Amino acid sequence: MSLTLEQVRRVAHLARIEVSDAEAETTLGHLNGIFALIEEMQAVDTRGIEPMAHAQDLSQRLRSDVVTEENHREAFQAIAPETEAGLYLVPKVIE
Amino acid sequence: MIAKGLAALAQALAAKELSSVELTQMYLDRIARLNPRINAFITVDAEKSLAQASAADAQRAAGTAGPLTGIPLAQKDIFCANGWLTTCGSRMLGNFVSPYDATVIENFNAAGAVILGKTNLDEFAMGSSNENSYFGTVKNPWDTQRIPGGSSGGSAAAVAALMAPAATGTDTGGSIRQPAAMCGLTGLKPTYGVVSRYGMIAYASSLDQGGPLAHSAEDCALLLNTMAGFDQRDSTSLDHAKEDYSRELLATADAKPLAGLKIGLPKEFFGEGCAPEVMQRIEAAIAEYRKQGAETVDISLPNMKLSLASYYVIAPAEASSNLSRFDGVRYGYRAAEYADLNDLYTKSRTQGFGEEVKRRILIGTYVLSHGYYDAYYLQAQRIRRLIANDFVAAFKQCDVIMGPTSPSTAFKIGEKTDDPVQMYLSDIYTLAVNLAGLPGMSIPCGFADELPVGLQLIGNYFAEAKLLNIAHRYQQVTDWHVQHPAGID
Repeated sequence: MSLTLEQVRRVAHLARIEVSDAEAETTLGHLNGIFALIEEMQAVDTRGIEPMAHAQDLSQRLRSDVVTEENHREAFQAIAPETEAGLYLVPKVIE
Repeated sequence: MIAKGLAALAQALAAKELSSVELTQMYLDRIARLNPRINAFITVDAEKSLAQASAADAQRAAGTAGPLTGIPLAQKDIFCANGWLTTCGSRMLGNFVSPYDATVIENFNAAGAVILGKTNLDEFAMGSSNENSYFGTVKNPWDTQRIPGGSSGGSAAAVAALMAPAATGTDTGGSIRQPAAMCGLTGLKPTYGVVSRYGMIAYASSLDQGGPLAHSAEDCALLLNTMAGFDQRDSTSLDHAKEDYSRELLATADAKPLAGLKIGLPKEFFGEGCAPEVMQRIEAAIAEYRKQGAETVDISLPNMKLSLASYYVIAPAEASSNLSRFDGVRYGYRAAEYADLNDLYTKSRTQGFGEEVKRRILIGTYVLSHGYYDAYYLQAQRIRRLIANDFVAAFKQCDVIMGPTSPSTAFKIGEKTDDPVQMYLSDIYTLAVNLAGLPGMSIPCGFADELPVGLQLIGNYFAEAKLLNIAHRYQQVTDWHVQHPAGID
């Protein structure tokens, strides 16, 4: 299969990435090249094979529900683009 | 002095032949002189490095020095280091001064090692040539017209040009082994979960693994001793007993440590696709192993050919999820102008990420989207298991697997930038190891047209000490790993 320009635009929108009209054709060409490579998988019969999500088949560790991290708000917010009174500032979302 | 191994440097420091401040200054001088040509470092901060060196000297004077106390090391700029600019090769993090240390950095700091600087890499570790860095391409010290490999290309070039005695790297699909091969170094990607990922900026979390890049297996073992260890703060860190990775290296040669070693040679590594001049060196290295008493067995990894397809679904899928955190709100790049919140996200990401990163985010978003998840993502994970199962079967027949690290030597800058698929093929022999989570190494095994060739060694889970020993034995009888590029001094 190959992607369409419309699919590229939709995926770009989902990923919050702008693809200009000039870039779209090149991006489509590159993605289709990569998907041609990926398509090789579709011919493989994998019925009954358990998907391998992880390099080690381990379940996630649990820890006791206690505070382990100290508060570093000032250090973390010192590198933020914009903060005020300990909050991160973004453009107004609700009028 | 600068061309010596870590053990020799440690010995010189212990014998008070020189101080850590003097040693660090020697490397800083070399970086100041050579880095403009090689571009291996993104950040150097002499004041910080020398302060650490001075503290290491004080530690030594107090009699509490360990094997890495006062040793300067280059850190891949993917490891967060408190107070250091940590860019991950991206404009997105071009202003990010990390407020905390990665566990790997914390471990090296605790061992008294000195951070010599932060090395260049492909943006977010996505690349095989270092051409995807926002901070410019790294040049291969063996031929500055050529790429150093990637993504840990800055680390590899720094060590190859003797701007650092050793460095850290990370390997998601070959990013330690392939640059090690192309720069004539020894590199080790440990078993997934052995080195903590805490503070190591995430690309594909189920594949990412940190490891050392150095001249010799001996040096890699020394570094891994400090890098490895269980870490509560990494949810996939393995609770594995602490090991001394140098322990097997001590056996004397007359103990014949390689006698009876079974080397598996997968036919998939020795078919078409590999440059003949590379294959010649690989075969010569295997012949040397036979001479040392090892046996070879022909094996097969029938699903390995699918690793490229499986990897280029799984890694971008995980990347698209990991990189969704970069939104211009809490840290990193924020676009100068935007209309509303959505526009702030979109403009910051569009301007902050480079081409290859965006490409992989798009692939990942697509394969995870509604209607495609089963056909792509789950299918890739099923194939991942088939690939891992091939290795399980193979290790019933052999102790170690060998083959080329990369199908070619370092290629020319610009040669593959227009065709992502051609670039991806550079990792054809390394990807399967990450998918399976196994440890792998690359060691120098000669030159083709005056460019280094790397032999890949793949071990079973937790076989790092054994792999290092197998590499070390080869380095006891060859001198490829102690050769340095001419014209770089």
